[in-house]
Amino acid sequence: MFENADLSLVDWSRAQFALTAIYHWLFVPLTLGLSFIVAIMESIYVKTGNEEWKRITRFWMTLFGINFAIGVATGIILEFEFGTNWSNYSWFVGDIFGAPLAIEGILAFFLESTFVAVMFFGWNKVSKKFHLLSSWLVAIGANLSALWILVANAWMQNPVGMVFNPDTARNEMISFWDVLFNEVAISKFLHTISSGFLLASMFVLGISAYYLLKKREILLARRSILISGVFGLLSSLLVIYTGDSSAKALAKAQPVKFAAFEALYEGKENAGLVAAGILKESDSKIGNTAVNDFAFRIEIPGFLSIMTSGKRDAFVPGIYDLVNGNQSRGIMPVSEKIDRGTKVRNMLEEYKTARKNNDNDKAGMLAATFRDKKFNEENFRYFGYSFFKSPDEAIPNVKVAFYTFHLMVMLGFLFILEFFLAIYFLFRGTLEKQKWFLWVALFSILLPYVAGELGWVLAEMGRQPWIIQDLMPVSAAVSQISSGSVITTFVLFAVLFTLLLVAEVSIMIRQIKTGPKH
Amino acid sequence: MISHLFLQQYWWIIISILAGLLVFLMFVQGGQSMIFSLPRNESDKTMIVNSLGRKWEFTFTTLVTFGGGFFASFPLFYSASFGGAYWVWIAILFSFIIQAIAYEYRSKPANIFGKNTYDTFLFLNGSLGPFLIGTAVATFFTGSQFSLNEMNQVRWQTPWHGLEALLNGKNLALGLAVLFLARTNGILYIINSVDEEALIERSLGKLTVNAIAFLVFFLLFLGSLLLSKGFAYDSSTGTVMMENYKYLHNLIGMPLVLILFLAGVVGVLYGIGSTIFGGSRSGIWYTGFGTLLAVTSLFLVAGFNDTAFYPSVYDLNSSLTIRNASSSHFTLKTMMFVSFIVPFVAAYIWFAWKAINNKRITEEEMKKEGHVY
Ligand code: HDD
Ligand code: HEM
Ligand code: HEM
Repeated sequence: MFENADLSLVDWSRAQFALTAIYHWLFVPLTLGLSFIVAIMESIYVKTGNEEWKRITRFWMTLFGINFAIGVATGIILEFEFGTNWSNYSWFVGDIFGAPLAIEGILAFFLESTFVAVMFFGWNKVSKKFHLLSSWLVAIGANLSALWILVANAWMQNPVGMVFNPDTARNEMISFWDVLFNEVAISKFLHTISSGFLLASMFVLGISAYYLLKKREILLARRSILISGVFGLLSSLLVIYTGDSSAKALAKAQPVKFAAFEALYEGKENAGLVAAGILKESDSKIGNTAVNDFAFRIEIPGFLSIMTSGKRDAFVPGIYDLVNGNQSRGIMPVSEKIDRGTKVRNMLEEYKTARKNNDNDKAGMLAATFRDKKFNEENFRYFGYSFFKSPDEAIPNVKVAFYTFHLMVMLGFLFILEFFLAIYFLFRGTLEKQKWFLWVALFSILLPYVAGELGWVLAEMGRQPWIIQDLMPVSAAVSQISSGSVITTFVLFAVLFTLLLVAEVSIMIRQIKTGPKH
Repeated sequence: MISHLFLQQYWWIIISILAGLLVFLMFVQGGQSMIFSLPRNESDKTMIVNSLGRKWEFTFTTLVTFGGGFFASFPLFYSASFGGAYWVWIAILFSFIIQAIAYEYRSKPANIFGKNTYDTFLFLNGSLGPFLIGTAVATFFTGSQFSLNEMNQVRWQTPWHGLEALLNGKNLALGLAVLFLARTNGILYIINSVDEEALIERSLGKLTVNAIAFLVFFLLFLGSLLLSKGFAYDSSTGTVMMENYKYLHNLIGMPLVLILFLAGVVGVLYGIGSTIFGGSRSGIWYTGFGTLLAVTSLFLVAGFNDTAFYPSVYDLNSSLTIRNASSSHFTLKTMMFVSFIVPFVAAYIWFAWKAINNKRITEEEMKKEGHVY
């Protein structure tokens, strides 16, 4: 009934999705944040009537437009890739997953694309107020796009609000609100958009610093630094706050991912948070998977326990506990989950056979079991484990999770410092003299991009082997096409997107060097 | 209590309308396909590109929403078709990726590849997009080679993964009909939105040729469709079988759809005729509305009246119908509430469109305007 896909097909399909998602995420966060920054600047223009503010608004808006176009270009491919490359997945969860995607189109993309047109072409055609409203609607539309796609993504990390239907062999939605107000979804949405605000603020700050270094556009630069410094400081605080709530949500929904990014093998009370560390492979193994040790670490005692539950003495399960089970803590071993998943899978096969043989009594009984709440909580939720051959398959790549997480967090704190300094120097009136700071700000433009991508690699690779946590592993989700086809499209996308990226960066740099119109 | 069938039909109607809107909005693509042949000089080209460029986002977003809507309401189509006919869909996507940056980047300094490359992107999207979409949609009537297993997972039965659709004459006819319809609409749109005597003169010349080409391919497709066998299913047993003149029967069996279809065709012809013979400059509204009606009713013919809308010629009983391919009752109902927002969305799009298009594009404006493609 289920065929195991060829591994190279799975890996190439993953690589292709990762490639296109990573490219999309190069452009999306700037849209999310710059749209708000532009709207704020335009509000000041409309309020004060000062033409210089209009010029500032239009300058950043031009950069926004260059970035926006390529964001759209990379987005369309992602939407269809669920079908083209993950078709089994698309059916298995389409009843839930499709809805947010459709709502995104109806509610968000139209809002964004309609008013983007007014924003760019409406300056001499519509009233000031209407133009301002359009700019705000673009910002809201962009962030609504983020909402719906992140609800969909969060559902994959923490599937809720559905029940399996053995006839159609898919999960069906029973509560829209559960899907929308999924705890993971809320923290993910806030964390992601605030990281976009942060990124855009750093972008504006860095480019303004460049003008100050070149001693050009001084007024534009100072005003832009004011806006981006304040907006950036607030967003970076929000990023840390929501990052922390993301981690809390994870500790419940995906404890293995949580243990992995802390490289915590043995669970403990009063667990310390590793602020920084270097991992090395040790001699011991879980199944076939090597265990990592710390070659070096700086630890804040007790902090991890506090992070997960607010209490110092809270028990934080480690990878050993989660894989081998820990009876005294009530943690089920993966082997038991495999047994339960296998039981469900056998039932499903029995059901299909009963249907084929028109054994309606048996089929009816089994169908009722699949709808039963207790059965779902105790058995069906482990369905995906039936694909495992050994328990250690449940462990994601610890090194990747650990390093991506810690780098992201360190960068997060660095950004707070930078925004703080920008505002401080600005108010002291010494900003133009702090050459070193201006250079740092200029080169820092790249760092939030790194942090954001790391976040996604953490979120997505930390979920491995699952495409839907505990329900479906990636190997069962993939479309049955030849891996040659996927390799071909991978190369095509890699080449095309890279060329487009090069063009985008080149246009962007030229626009910045040219500066705003006079 | 709303029945499941009602919701399935409701959603099929929405999908059909989205398809109709999409084909109408592909006037943008049609216009792009003439980017090298229609303008006499750079200034003409700038005006054409800018008049189309203020609308490309609508077409694009409609395509995206069409995909999302199909996923949400008929996920089995989404998984079976996209995962199976891989190459056709990838080719379509490629042609849209290169469109999205082309407008914004073509005349920007330091764009590396030069204006001509971006114009070629527009040309490729303009010609391949409508043609491939038309060809893919034709398989709704001609069928594909796939099977579904008991888990509803798709297996494509040819190694061509969708490219085989290009070997079928009927598919090609619809592909070309959509392409020439898009070009016809593109010309009518330019006539409507650009103010430049000589360019309009030239557009009128092209209009006749493209309209005739459209009619030829459209009639070819329509004729063969009405005379061919179709994929009927028996709603009590769920089995699919071939029926002679199925699509003709559908039109006769659903008089309202027939009327819509005929009204659509009349609208298209009237728009073209009034422009060529009456010198009208608002032909686009008639052909546009006509396109919407005609395409919507063709989709209704494909899915209603117990017809399999995505048939498999390899295994008839793997064919998709609006009953077996749809989302659950709950999801369709939830999405129905969401769909109530659509009129509101349509209203603000209309409003914004009017606000920007209230004056025709002139050479003068292209020199003064701050944001020019
Ligand atoms: C709505 C869902 C969704 C969203 C918003 C994203 N992804 Fe994702 N991602 C998936 C849904 C997904 C997926 C379809 O579920 C994949 C394919 C295979 C897998 O494990 O998850 C995936 C895989 C995947 C991988 C490969 C992991 C692996 O399997 O080794 C990476 C690196 C990313 N994604 C990165 C990103 C980035 C940078 C995103 C930012 C835009 C992003 N994802 C958004
Ligand atoms: C796999 C996941 C994703 C899919 C399928 C997807 C799909 C799309 C599509 C189809 C577009 C083009 C829309 C148009 O026609 O205007 C787009 C653009 C956009 N997407 Fe995504 N997207 C994904 C991930 C994300 C994420 C994670 C975010 C934000 C958190 C996001 C935010 C946006 C925004 C703001 C745009 C507007 C264009 C731009 O930024 O330049 N997307 N996306
Ligand atoms: C102290 C700072 C931070 C903390 C504690 C933190 C925490 C987290 C956690 C736990 C995740 C994983 C969520 C999941 O797997 O579902 C995550 C993901 C992510 N992070 Fe951070 N992060 C921080 C800083 C940053 C910064 C500075 C950026 C970018 C500018 C960023 C961007 C992202 C993004 C885009 C994701 C993926 C979206 C998501 O899964 O929520 N983060 N972060």
